Amino acid sequence: MTALGLGLMAQLGLTLATIIVAFSVPARARSLASGISCALTSTAGALTGALALAGWHGSLSIPFALSADPVELAPTQLGGLFMLMASIVGILVSVYGIGYAHGATASPMSWAALAVFLVGMQLVPAAADAVSFLLMWEVMALGSTVLLLTEHFRRHEVNSAVVWYSAMSQVSFLLILAGFAVLATSAGSTSFAEMRILESDSWAAGIALVLLVLGFGSKAGLVPLNVWLPRAHPEAPSHISAAMSAAMVSMGVYGVLLACVQLLPAGPPWWGALIMVLGGVSAVYGIVQASVNSHLKVLLAHSTTENMGLVFLAIGASVLLRAYHAETTADATLLAALLLTLSHALFKTTLFLGAGAIQHATGEINLDRLGGLLKRMPWTAASFGVAALAAAALPVTSGFVAEWTLLQSLIHGSGIEGTPVAVALVVAMPLGVAVVALTAGVALLTFVKAFGIAFLARPRSAEAAAAAEVPASMRIALVFGALGILAVGILPGPIAEALASTVPANRSPTVRTVGAGGISIPGIGVLLDPATLVVLAALLLVPTLIIVRLNSRRHPIRVSALPWGGGGSRARPRMQYTATSYAEPLVRVFDDVLKPTRDVQVTHLGESRYLIERLQVNQRVTDVIETRLYRPVLNGAQRFGKLARHAQNGSIHRYLTYSFVTLLIVLVVVAL
Amino acid sequence: MSAKSLTRLIVRTGRIAETAPPAPTRAAGAERFHGSVNVRYISAGGCSDCALEVASALGPVYDVERYGIRLVASPRHADVLLITGAVTHNLLEPLRRTIEATPEPRFIIAVGDCAIDGGVTRDGYGVVGPVSSIVDVDLTVPGAPPKPEQIVEALRRMTGR
Amino acid sequence: MTAAAVVVALIQLALFIFLAPVLVGVIHQVRARMEGRVGAGIWQPWREVRKLLAKNPVHAEGSSWVLTIGPIALLLSSLLLCVLLPLVGTLSLPFLPSDLFVIVSVMLVGVVALALVGLDSGTAFGGMGSSRHMTVAALVEPTVLLAIYALSIPVGTSTLSKIVETRLHTPAVIISPVSVLAMVALAIAIMAETGRLPVDNPSTHLELTMLHEAMALEASGRDLAWLEVGSWLKLTVLLGLLSNLAAPWGVLTDFTIWSVLIGIVAMTVKILLLGTLLSVGEVFMAKVRLFRVPELLAGSFVLAFLAVTASYLVA
Repeated sequence: MTALGLGLMAQLGLTLATIIVAFSVPARARSLASGISCALTSTAGALTGALALAGWHGSLSIPFALSADPVELAPTQLGGLFMLMASIVGILVSVYGIGYAHGATASPMSWAALAVFLVGMQLVPAAADAVSFLLMWEVMALGSTVLLLTEHFRRHEVNSAVVWYSAMSQVSFLLILAGFAVLATSAGSTSFAEMRILESDSWAAGIALVLLVLGFGSKAGLVPLNVWLPRAHPEAPSHISAAMSAAMVSMGVYGVLLACVQLLPAGPPWWGALIMVLGGVSAVYGIVQASVNSHLKVLLAHSTTENMGLVFLAIGASVLLRAYHAETTADATLLAALLLTLSHALFKTTLFLGAGAIQHATGEINLDRLGGLLKRMPWTAASFGVAALAAAALPVTSGFVAEWTLLQSLIHGSGIEGTPVAVALVVAMPLGVAVVALTAGVALLTFVKAFGIAFLARPRSAEAAAAAEVPASMRIALVFGALGILAVGILPGPIAEALASTVPANRSPTVRTVGAGGISIPGIGVLLDPATLVVLAALLLVPTLIIVRLNSRRHPIRVSALPWGGGGSRARPRMQYTATSYAEPLVRVFDDVLKPTRDVQVTHLGESRYLIERLQVNQRVTDVIETRLYRPVLNGAQRFGKLARHAQNGSIHRYLTYSFVTLLIVLVVVAL
Repeated sequence: MSAKSLTRLIVRTGRIAETAPPAPTRAAGAERFHGSVNVRYISAGGCSDCALEVASALGPVYDVERYGIRLVASPRHADVLLITGAVTHNLLEPLRRTIEATPEPRFIIAVGDCAIDGGVTRDGYGVVGPVSSIVDVDLTVPGAPPKPEQIVEALRRMTGR
Repeated sequence: MTAAAVVVALIQLALFIFLAPVLVGVIHQVRARMEGRVGAGIWQPWREVRKLLAKNPVHAEGSSWVLTIGPIALLLSSLLLCVLLPLVGTLSLPFLPSDLFVIVSVMLVGVVALALVGLDSGTAFGGMGSSRHMTVAALVEPTVLLAIYALSIPVGTSTLSKIVETRLHTPAVIISPVSVLAMVALAIAIMAETGRLPVDNPSTHLELTMLHEAMALEASGRDLAWLEVGSWLKLTVLLGLLSNLAAPWGVLTDFTIWSVLIGIVAMTVKILLLGTLLSVGEVFMAKVRLFRVPELLAGSFVLAFLAVTASYLVA
């Protein structure tokens, strides 16, 4: 039994152990025991993934009664990378859950479902053939659906969210199944190793790719199949939202990478263009929706759409560049996609765990009622702040390194080293850069808003004023998430090398480590060394701080009772800017996309037409895709259903007629 | 106004500011301002005559900016508080808040008879008292209203230029 | 080579810290003279900084350490820009090329720090300034990235020092239509980012018209000094970059005593000249309505995008 096989078996065994622990340990110690057990499952996954990433080989065959073939788990390097990413998220989420779980979230079913969900997520990248893949995929979906239902007793919105989530989950499953079916029938086998023989120019390959991209894209949260994401992720308990938003969407990315890099490499340019367009539209739409939302978790869910859009933009650019034989930049863009996925997994986990901490401490999740939490919850604020910096792609964080790689590879996307300058590339690369830049700018505003309104200034409600720091296990998870972000941000070289090893480079190595752990892409001729930048900043900071210190000795700070708000007598914390007002200029700029509706109701005083007793303003930002795409489809489906009901009116005579007619038809067909 | 006509206006107008009279001595304690003073203006009450004279003093004819004096939008940025009018009930609290919001070292200048001792509004029902009843006044500019030259001279004593 | 780069970096730092208040003084002085006044002289901003460092800051109860650290972060980001950009010379420090995205991100750190200072003030003014400032920053970033991308295509790299060197050695590139388009877009973006007319009026007293000043209303003493100097430095550095892209002569590419002196003098002259032009231009401009600013920025984005596509098709 190879080490990898042992690791895979250990994951399954520990999952079983967690389920037993969850159902047998009494309530007081249940969260601690189950959390530790889940964390161990994920640690096993992390070790297995790391070994697979390093190039070790091994497999596990699980005989499974229903299908003819056993379930084959044999992770490739790419699979190992995604297993590692999912496991890291799993460890953080399990540790966090120990302190966070209470009430329904701490029930045996909930912990058991978490174990099942985590193992499903970890084993999806390990699958070696289509059937095993789909089986693990459904295990993951099942686990997440059960977890989503955790709080349905307390809030009725959960029910609607679960319906949307399950429906879209099955839609994506069907699309993936269809895609794999096309590939399997052409190749004659369901094993991934044997599916590669399909000619990429054939129409079968094209259909398969479109189906797979749509199916995996739906799971990753791409427009237009992302409507479930902002509904489902906020309704789950926060650590589940983190796992879903950080790790489960990465499985969508893994699927597309599987399709584009391993199963159907060397596709025609329109594949790359299609993926780029889907990615670009998702990125812009996602971040614009995130920037105008005041519900912190919905904001983060839309931000997931944006980041996945950027990942797909990178993957699409890679496929497009490879179609035009620009190999070095294609490899660089693929590396950018992997870095973006890793970075997103880390910072989205931390952000959702931070949002959960805020909800745990204050009971509020709407930014308009938070504020002043920096002093009351310093650890949460620091971790959330680092993760927000990463989401905004600012220096010394992983997000900065990932976006730098993406921008550099897009900018150098054509016209280097004698590669032909095709018209498609000339249009696609600048558009890609423009999309990345626009999303980066709006993401900056979104996360300054999220961090600033929640943590700075004065509390906007009594609940926020009464907040206290969260328990130790939650703090540990938050801090380690932030440390992970900083580690990737300051020492990207070795990590990028590990990521690049999962995708075979056609010529010299895609990336090298230079300087103090910096990243260099020799094919393009660019380098980034964040550690040296930090050293330079520290050198500049030292004399500045000396001057500040000297000055503060001679001129101490005086504390005044009120901030300067014009000297008026009615200044109160509620008069501070809220998240809604912060985003208002952006709502105006993007009003064609967001289609805000404003409803003003005026109640006059008595008979007077000039004196007003009450004024009520309702402003809503609608989801254009839902109103323009989904509602008509759902209405059409409902109308069709009503029509079909005529054929099913309950009369036994009609049903007997149906059977008789069917029998006649069968007899006629058999006779012919 | 088109660019051409504006250019013609600028060229033809030339300099509006009058010649500067000789510089007064700097007030004690104002050397900490190093020749750059930010002024926050407060109209605490009164009839606004002094306000008009202050507006004229800050205009291009007297050009106090050449002496390093500037009007600012927030008392947190201010060094000198220029107060006109006797303090009324409604402006008592905002005046106190403004003074408290100004960082030290700071100077309070009371401009006009109403600000110094109540002037013609001394016993009005809406008046609390002169500025000196709320806060220690460092410099006064008497007059009802004082001339802009007197206000400029008082401000110049802050920078010594 | 490294020692030379370090010396050039130190020279840039010292020169720009000295020049930033002087540039602002020149801008105010030119404006004053054109308006018929005498003006306070070009050393007035330096006097203002001295005075601010002699005041005791006031912090409101309930404000956090962001009010102290934010201004320092803004100042630090501006100092980093001084060191990283090719201003006096194009020699780069080891492992720190003046890469496009690194420069923009360092600048954005300052932008975010200022926005957080505005939000932490706890007043409606601060939040309003912060919101408007971030909206402008969000809309400016695509233009800046695309404009420098357009300038990088003829050179083949996005490192600013290489771009400046190429323009120094082949001046025909400077007047090519692509370069002109990109420079116009970049100039509009820089005007928006540094809070100059027509996007923002730096000398307004009306809070409702403020974009950037509103965030500093709560700062006093040395906090205000760091905010002011940080903003002035950012303006000076970006004008220096613009002048180097438009007229790179005088920039030092190899380290000799003569080239250093010429570099210092050339940079000073270029910046003060550009500042004077900026001030004269501002006298003729009025501030654009806030909700028209996105249209202006969208126009500059279109120019930058045209520059990029044109450079591929022409080259």
